[in-house]
Amino acid sequence: MTYRNPPTTPRKSATFDDYTLSEIRRAAATGIYDIRGAGAKRKLPHFDDLLVLGASISRYPLEGYRERCDTGVVLGSRYAKKPIELKIPITIAGMSFGSLSGPAKEALGRGATLSGTSTTTGDGGMTEEERGHSKTLVYQYLPSRYGMNPRDLRRADAIEIVVGQGAKPGGGGMLLGQKISDRVAEMRTLPKGIDQRSASRHPDWTGPDDLEIKILELREITDWEKPIYVKVGGARPYYDTALAVKSGADVVVIDGMQGGTAATQEVFIENVGQPTLACIRPAVQALQDLGMHRKVQLIVSGGIRNGADVAKALALGVDAVSIGTAALVALGDNDPRWEADYNELGTTAGAYDDWHEGRDPAGITTQDPDLMKRVDPIAAGRRLANYLKVMTLEAQTIARACGKNSLHNLEPEDLVALTIEAAAMAGVPLAGTNWIPGKNGF
Amino acid sequence: MPAINVSKATHEQDHEQSRASRVFDLAEMPLRELNQALHDLAPGSNETAWEVLHPKGSHSVAVGVDQPITIDVRGSVGYYCGGMNDGSTITVHGSAGPGVGENMMSGLITVKGDASQYAGATGRGGLLVIEGNASSRCGISMKGIDIVVHGNIGHMSAFMAQSGNLVVLGDAGDALGDSIYEARLFVRGKVESLGADCIAKEMRPEHLELLQGLLDRAGATGVKAAEFKRYGSARTLYNFNIDNADAY
Repeated sequence: MTYRNPPTTPRKSATFDDYTLSEIRRAAATGIYDIRGAGAKRKLPHFDDLLVLGASISRYPLEGYRERCDTGVVLGSRYAKKPIELKIPITIAGMSFGSLSGPAKEALGRGATLSGTSTTTGDGGMTEEERGHSKTLVYQYLPSRYGMNPRDLRRADAIEIVVGQGAKPGGGGMLLGQKISDRVAEMRTLPKGIDQRSASRHPDWTGPDDLEIKILELREITDWEKPIYVKVGGARPYYDTALAVKSGADVVVIDGMQGGTAATQEVFIENVGQPTLACIRPAVQALQDLGMHRKVQLIVSGGIRNGADVAKALALGVDAVSIGTAALVALGDNDPRWEADYNELGTTAGAYDDWHEGRDPAGITTQDPDLMKRVDPIAAGRRLANYLKVMTLEAQTIARACGKNSLHNLEPEDLVALTIEAAAMAGVPLAGTNWIPGKNGF
Repeated sequence: MPAINVSKATHEQDHEQSRASRVFDLAEMPLRELNQALHDLAPGSNETAWEVLHPKGSHSVAVGVDQPITIDVRGSVGYYCGGMNDGSTITVHGSAGPGVGENMMSGLITVKGDASQYAGATGRGGLLVIEGNASSRCGISMKGIDIVVHGNIGHMSAFMAQSGNLVVLGDAGDALGDSIYEARLFVRGKVESLGADCIAKEMRPEHLELLQGLLDRAGATGVKAAEFKRYGSARTLYNFNIDNADAY
């Protein structure tokens, strides 16, 4: 009888996992970093790590379907003559025409309008589809200034000065040649078919003192009518919020690293910036320290998926949340019905993120005339409205369980954390304890 | 429309231009009322001549004007004078702070003195004339505007310039036209250095004609187009190539 030594089970490295190995091979073969869309995919502390306490002997609930629970929010009440009034505290984040197809932009406008909320332009100017179908449209003022003009500025309902975004704080936009169609090229004053890299810095101001003067100029051009937002990526939320307030913003928008992008380097998306959860309390603290909480509104985005996320974000002190990736999914992005097409592109429904290549089977992140026909703007807008309605109902369900007659009455005391990390970031106690890491000296 | 103090200018030296001007003295009236009055002008209004006194470095003087009027600013201004101008003729009888004529759509802005950083930034149309020098980042991200600088310009001018023409009668600083797209740059004097993907280009007859037209419109009398060199994009960075990585 021959004796064989027992074999060892093949062991893969946790450090050099399959994804890492594939990325090394890809880099070695192509000589270029990986570019993709969407936000950070790594596991991060998030709203799932928080729980809502609900009512008990010391707190009584509201009847789920009977008693009023307000969802409205007013944005821009600090200086704007015409603040924005939204029916729900969930807005649609800025996404460019160019990155998205015309029908997709129209669908976002339709869905937002049906839901009584706002949608936002992006790094490509304002399109007629979007203006025409959006009751409330926020016009982004970006470093590239593609398509920027005073006429669109005046027909916007609010202006969002974009300093950065969560997927790439400190990085500019990117739109590769495949998506620079004639129409996109004309709107951006660029040659067709080139790889377009937007500026990362504004061309005519640097720093908070200049920003204050820039905000003054935009207010003067628009006769102080429009709310002015300042959007930053989640990098230094305390100071960025304080400086935006100091510069005269009506609304501060903070986008965490789960927030999506049309196209950015993978290394940037996954390694620069902070998770959404980590950005909220420092931003709220800055507003409170300045006596401006609820006077300057705070919008947070990056990985908001459902009504629980909305309720938890509001409980931490934000005035509204914004969705981008989730809105695209509601329109039909990454839908398994296109699985065969995804497979042909070497991916699978749910993982498709090569939005920059312009071959989106769902017809959303493309300028291909045939593919974009796959989005019916009316039906897709309806789906987005349904989804927003569900999120709102879910958030109300949670708020009523906490005895709150407005979503904005939710408070940090309604929350506990499941992990030490989330407890420290959110500034709420670890479940089952009264321990908030970092508070009270330990 | 807010109540506006309208008076006739009494300055002797300005008498000629101001005979029928609507005069706005920023020493007495707030900036807000000036810009509001300019925006409230109805198309075809006969109030076509405006004069702004004592600007004293105010920011955002005459921004967002969209009527074909003339505005004479008697003194130096701060940031963003004439920002997003669409059709008006603005003359700054002094120097201008950062971002004069930023994102101009059409019209004419003339600065009699010097201009600070970002003059004409992202401008889409019209003509910006700086009779003195312009500082750094002149014409940054320009998108169709024409800029004529009678003096010198600072570093990083025409950075990422997309379209339009920048004409410099004097010298240009470091990194001229870095990452330039399709804008044309004409420099008569010395260029300290060219930025990434910006190269000297052949001056063809159509360029000479274009340039001479701009020089004439900008009041650069006696200056010949043939004295200039043309610079523009080598177009090597338009599509990513790993062997150009050092230039990105």
